Amino acid sequence: MLQRKRIYGELAIGAIAAMCLVTMAYGGSATLKENVYDVGALKPIDSVPKLQVGDKAPEFTLPAVGGGKIPLSQYRGKKNVVISFVPAAWTPVCSEQWPGYNIAKPIFDQYDAQLIGITVDNVPTLYAWTHQMGGLWFPALSDFWPHGAVADQYGILRSDGTSERALFVIDKMGIIRYIDVHDINKRPPLDDLVRELEKLKK
Amino acid sequence: MKKTIMFFAALTVCLVALHGARVAAEEPTITGDVLATIQLLVPQDPQAKNYLGLTEEGSFALSQIKAQVVMIEIFNMYCNNCQREAPRVNELYQLMNKDPKLKGKIKMIGIGVGNTPLEVDVFKKTYKVAFPLFPDADYAIHKICGEVRTPYFIGVKIKTDGSLRVFYTKEGGFQDPAQFLKIIVALSGL
Repeated sequence: MLQRKRIYGELAIGAIAAMCLVTMAYGGSATLKENVYDVGALKPIDSVPKLQVGDKAPEFTLPAVGGGKIPLSQYRGKKNVVISFVPAAWTPVCSEQWPGYNIAKPIFDQYDAQLIGITVDNVPTLYAWTHQMGGLWFPALSDFWPHGAVADQYGILRSDGTSERALFVIDKMGIIRYIDVHDINKRPPLDDLVRELEKLKK
Repeated sequence: MKKTIMFFAALTVCLVALHGARVAAEEPTITGDVLATIQLLVPQDPQAKNYLGLTEEGSFALSQIKAQVVMIEIFNMYCNNCQREAPRVNELYQLMNKDPKLKGKIKMIGIGVGNTPLEVDVFKKTYKVAFPLFPDADYAIHKICGEVRTPYFIGVKIKTDGSLRVFYTKEGGFQDPAQFLKIIVALSGL
């Protein structure tokens, strides 16, 4: 009996070692190019909502990659605001979402909307990441310290300290008009955002 | 000694099993393959419809494109590398059209994987893409092509029986459009 237990134990150790080796062999080269870290499939949503459509958007001031700090209030009465929270720099879906928005500026302009990107990463990390994208036309803000405080205010801080993949549309009066706390593993289609921005015109 | 043998036996079994799983999950289209039937919607744009030599409405099979060779670019509007590659891909298309020996024989299309028609349209307008682009919002075509990374180029020859023989594939961008076209022409036998 003891002998069998030992054999099973050794098989388990062997299996774990094999998995580690496979992860290193494939994870570091073939599937992960250009420094993007594969996080695998994650729990789709891992937070409890705190806000709903019709609420006043919580005010915040965050440091921007381009230098200085940007308060949400600077857009009040002037621009609609779209906040794109993405979970973390250098992860697969996030590393595509902002480059997509980066070529969709005419759409945001059409609806008199300012896009703001926020992650819980620190400014140097955000700098390196957005620089690798070739720069962005919209501000990328760091919600690093106090860690994820704005994400928490917006009810989208996950239990591991990253944020949800979430979109908030805020009108010129500072009222939240749309919330999409998206499955973290998937990219929200641009169509949803356009449909909601279209509603602001009515 | 027995312990060591057991350890390596387990290691080998797991490695083989996991490697097998990986190969089964990712089989990119490669040279020599016959590409499964790809159905696309006939473009609304008369210029694009004319370029592809289509006369009917509704959907069409890729093999119905009026050409001997079709270059397919698998792209994604959100993909940074596809965006960077766009000007060179446009140049490739221009070179194909300029060459009187190639005109009409080789056509190019793009498939926007995971992209809605709106997202494909944003890409088309941003980079002034002149060749027809098609959305693949549900990744159905992406699956047929073996879930390749973007950008990915697939060169197919349309055989007389309507089958599509893959004569060239390339992952990632190319540096020189003229050189790239030379390779395509040589390998396709045009």
